[in-house]
Amino acid sequence: MTNVDYKIIVGLEIHVQMAVRTKMFCGCELAFAAEPNSKVCPVCLGLPGALPVMNKKAVEFAILTATALGCKIAEFTKWDRKSYYYPDLPKNYQISQYDLPIGSNGFIEIPTKAGAKKIRIRRVHLEEDAGKNIHTAGPFSQVDLNRAGTPLMEIVTEPDLNSAEEVKMLAEELQRIVRFLGVSEADMQKGHMRFEPNVNLHIKKGGGEHKTPITEVKNLNSFKALEKSVAFEAQRQLDNFLESGEVMQSGNKKTFGWDDIKEVTVLQREKEEAHDYRYFPDPDLVPVVADKKWLKEINSKLCELPLKMQGRFVSGYGLSDYDAGVLTADKATAEFFDSSVKAGGDAKRVCNLITQKGLKIANEKNCKVSELGISPQRLAQLAKLADAGQISATSAVIIFEKMTESEDEPDKIAEKLNLIQKSDAGELEKIVDEVIAANAQAVEDAKSGDKKSKKAYGFLMGQVMQKSKGTANPQVVAKILAAKLKI
Amino acid sequence: MGQKKIDIEQVRQVAKLSRLDLSEDEIAQFSGQLSAILEYIEKLNQLDTSKVEPLAHCLPINNCLREDVVKQSLGTEKTLANAPQSDGQFFIVPKILEEPGGL
Amino acid sequence: MSEEILKLSCRELQRKIAKGEIKSSEAVSAVFTRIEKHDAQIGAFLSTFKQDALARAKEIDGKIAKGQSVGALAGVPIAVKDNMCTAFGATTCASKILENFHSPYNATVIDKLLAADAVIIGKTNLDEFAMGSSTENSGLKKTVNPWDKSRVPGGSSGGSAAAVAAQMCFAALGSDTGGSIRQPASLCGVAGLKPTYGRVSRYGLVAFGSSLDQIGPLTKDAADCALMLNVIAGHDEKDSTSVDEKTAPKCDYLAKIDEPVKGLKIAVVPELFQGADGEVVAAVKGAIELYKKSGAEIIEIKMPHFEYSVAAYYIIATAEASSNLARYDGVHYGYRTKKAGDYIEVYTKSRAEAFGPEVKRRIMIGTYALSSGYYDAYYLKALKVRNLIRSDFIAAFQKADCIMMPISPTTAFKIGEKMADPLQMYLLDVYTLAVNLAGVPGMSVPCGFDKNNLPIGLQIIGSTFQEEKLLRIAKMFENQTDFHKKKPQL
Repeated sequence: MTNVDYKIIVGLEIHVQMAVRTKMFCGCELAFAAEPNSKVCPVCLGLPGALPVMNKKAVEFAILTATALGCKIAEFTKWDRKSYYYPDLPKNYQISQYDLPIGSNGFIEIPTKAGAKKIRIRRVHLEEDAGKNIHTAGPFSQVDLNRAGTPLMEIVTEPDLNSAEEVKMLAEELQRIVRFLGVSEADMQKGHMRFEPNVNLHIKKGGGEHKTPITEVKNLNSFKALEKSVAFEAQRQLDNFLESGEVMQSGNKKTFGWDDIKEVTVLQREKEEAHDYRYFPDPDLVPVVADKKWLKEINSKLCELPLKMQGRFVSGYGLSDYDAGVLTADKATAEFFDSSVKAGGDAKRVCNLITQKGLKIANEKNCKVSELGISPQRLAQLAKLADAGQISATSAVIIFEKMTESEDEPDKIAEKLNLIQKSDAGELEKIVDEVIAANAQAVEDAKSGDKKSKKAYGFLMGQVMQKSKGTANPQVVAKILAAKLKI
Repeated sequence: MGQKKIDIEQVRQVAKLSRLDLSEDEIAQFSGQLSAILEYIEKLNQLDTSKVEPLAHCLPINNCLREDVVKQSLGTEKTLANAPQSDGQFFIVPKILEEPGGL
Repeated sequence: MSEEILKLSCRELQRKIAKGEIKSSEAVSAVFTRIEKHDAQIGAFLSTFKQDALARAKEIDGKIAKGQSVGALAGVPIAVKDNMCTAFGATTCASKILENFHSPYNATVIDKLLAADAVIIGKTNLDEFAMGSSTENSGLKKTVNPWDKSRVPGGSSGGSAAAVAAQMCFAALGSDTGGSIRQPASLCGVAGLKPTYGRVSRYGLVAFGSSLDQIGPLTKDAADCALMLNVIAGHDEKDSTSVDEKTAPKCDYLAKIDEPVKGLKIAVVPELFQGADGEVVAAVKGAIELYKKSGAEIIEIKMPHFEYSVAAYYIIATAEASSNLARYDGVHYGYRTKKAGDYIEVYTKSRAEAFGPEVKRRIMIGTYALSSGYYDAYYLKALKVRNLIRSDFIAAFQKADCIMMPISPTTAFKIGEKMADPLQMYLLDVYTLAVNLAGVPGMSVPCGFDKNNLPIGLQIIGSTFQEEKLLRIAKMFENQTDFHKKKPQL
């Protein structure tokens, strides 16, 4: 294999389904896995005479997202018709936004190993989804229009992504952002996010730079497929270039699909056909004008973005990047953590309680950590008990679980369960003395300072804990024991 | 004059975009008629519109928005009631082999 | 008795029905007697609902007998152009592609008529998808002019105009994209009103040119237009392009219909009279002269961009139509070819087999105008010219209350006479298209007859949302003339 120097160039188009109840232009309910063609009305069936009316919430969510992504928000936007014929598109045009998207010129930061990297966002616009064609029932196709008219937000990045990993990171970061903003559930299983990467390579060879033909991979609906398809395309393009020398020309953009089972891209369209979508302003809809008052109302829902919050948890609270990432995977969890720390809980302790126990219980109960019935104040109290040595770390986890069932303060629960640690030096000294007296050999080994001492010391500690029935505060015991053994 | 504004090949192309399977006679006839009409429409070029905004509609209104409230759908039976072919659950069409395209 | 009833206006009939002097069922029966006798010749209706109409009439008569309050059109037999969706009967648009289409919903105007206790008796013929000026483009039926059965009734609301003129209904709804209410009203000698764009909901009106289409009434006189507008006007949350109450408050158009407009100023554009037949010019000028005699001031103005309206219109309307008619594809509803080998042929053959030549022609022009490489030269250019045309109207209404001109350069022409040359047919719309491009309201009022006893219409154009004034101006003319009272011998 020749070693070639090349750079992967990827721009990504992402379709995000928004967390609204009804379709973009009619009141049909957005229902996952409903009876085929049951959530359809004259508007989304494209019946003669039916007319679209914008879903206010969808418009607001798109504006909110575009604002959070640092986009310039258009004061005046309109709707355009994009014409093409396909059975899942009842009107044979899609209502979309062509030359005046809701937002433009923004960015997303992604957490690469080399630090945060800014990926520019070209545009954010709204459009309606098509229905579904199904080809598996026989020598014909079936059409289901339940999805037709679903509001979609299309986000298009500049070609600033330079590896399959970065592409996946951007997708994951966007998922976290739209969830934080509450504009989408971003549930991959339900197809709430779909990706279309545009991939090519810039190859250095023979003293010049060669650009391979751009390929677009259509309709990817998982992070895994996204990452793998980009990696596959990069390799395929490299191989193809080395073999044929084919470079980018006007009109040789190709369209591929992704075979999820074979994990290969499959050619769909050889040449970029003369797409002629005949965009023109939709005369059935009036423009959207975003005045200051409305924008202010929409932007009141802006919040700290996850990557920023994650960074703050690391720099401000001393968490590991990993832990901060786990907490900021979900906004409610992150805010719950943040509030608990602000209520006086030690950050590391609170983090451990949430990540080791809280998330597990929440998952079992199918709810958020913040919905377990534990207020940030109570969690902070629990953390304080553990920090003060009044309970052990193990007991803290037990008490956490009990707190989800009881409204009692954590110290009451600890008492009830007899989990308060003995820290009374006088009482503990007595037990230590008894243990020392009964284990002469171990005492000698512990004092010896050689290999055996650590093990012997541990044994003595264990004996004390056993005698106290686990209620002794290990820190206090260790102090007494060390003093007695003079080590 | 002389050359037609829209020749037979262009008529074919537009018919394809319009999803109209025109007969050869229709294509020939349309080439003549559409050329005459487009010729007439060239009249618009007599006007200097370099400083004029396009007017897509005359309404003095913006932001006609709807609350995100669920309304009754037609239901499967009524949705399919006018379908030329259906199986009671889906619209049926001959097997679709291509992905959607511009042409 | 029956013949006497048919002579009444909507207002008179409603009053008599509401008072119990005439039964709605009598009016409905009278209308159906007339339809059964004459519509085989006239061809105004694509479908009628005799049994349902009689049942509904009885229901309304029952309400009145019980002393319940009834609506503004209580018991009045009304016809509706068959491009408005009804949840009863078929909605065909006079096209083979929708011949068997049954809408699951009512257009908003239909609901409003029913809420006013009107009796919808049938649906009238039109040029296929309202594309035409003679109703000859109907894919389903031929309609003739009641004044001369060898001539066209005008179009595209030819069925509605013929039905009103032939007294086969008391009023009808039409739609006007480029003159489709005013021109057939003129050619059939009835009153017709195209309201301001946005005044009446388009929900359920099968779209032709969405930024131009507007529903309006065809009636026996201007006051009946006012009554009908009272019923159908108003904001509709289902139509984003229907204006809200704040922008254009609705009013009672009938309340002051008899009050003349004081200090009336009428604008005329002398150049525009050059293109019309002598008899048409004479009748329209005579009408303007009559206003002058009653004290109106006549102001001569220029509308320098008016002559570009045919060119701009036939780009904008066809562009919108090419997109609006894309949905008729044989997949979800409507006609499907039996000859499709694959799904693409479902589209291409269904559309080729079921659309008529004029619809195909307009789809082709519109598709071309929007297609890559031609958009700026045609569509965008037309939108800019549209703005110039509107500015002509804005300037005119700063000087005058209304503009008067002919509706059609000719009276009703012979069936088949103009079908060979589409461009010549389009040029007949020269007086009506600008009104739609500018979105302003316009009326047709009968103002004379030619030597063949064919009606001539006066066009009165009002300013945006000034229908009330427009109707009063029309009524001033009717108060001094009886052209609107003349009826054709069937």
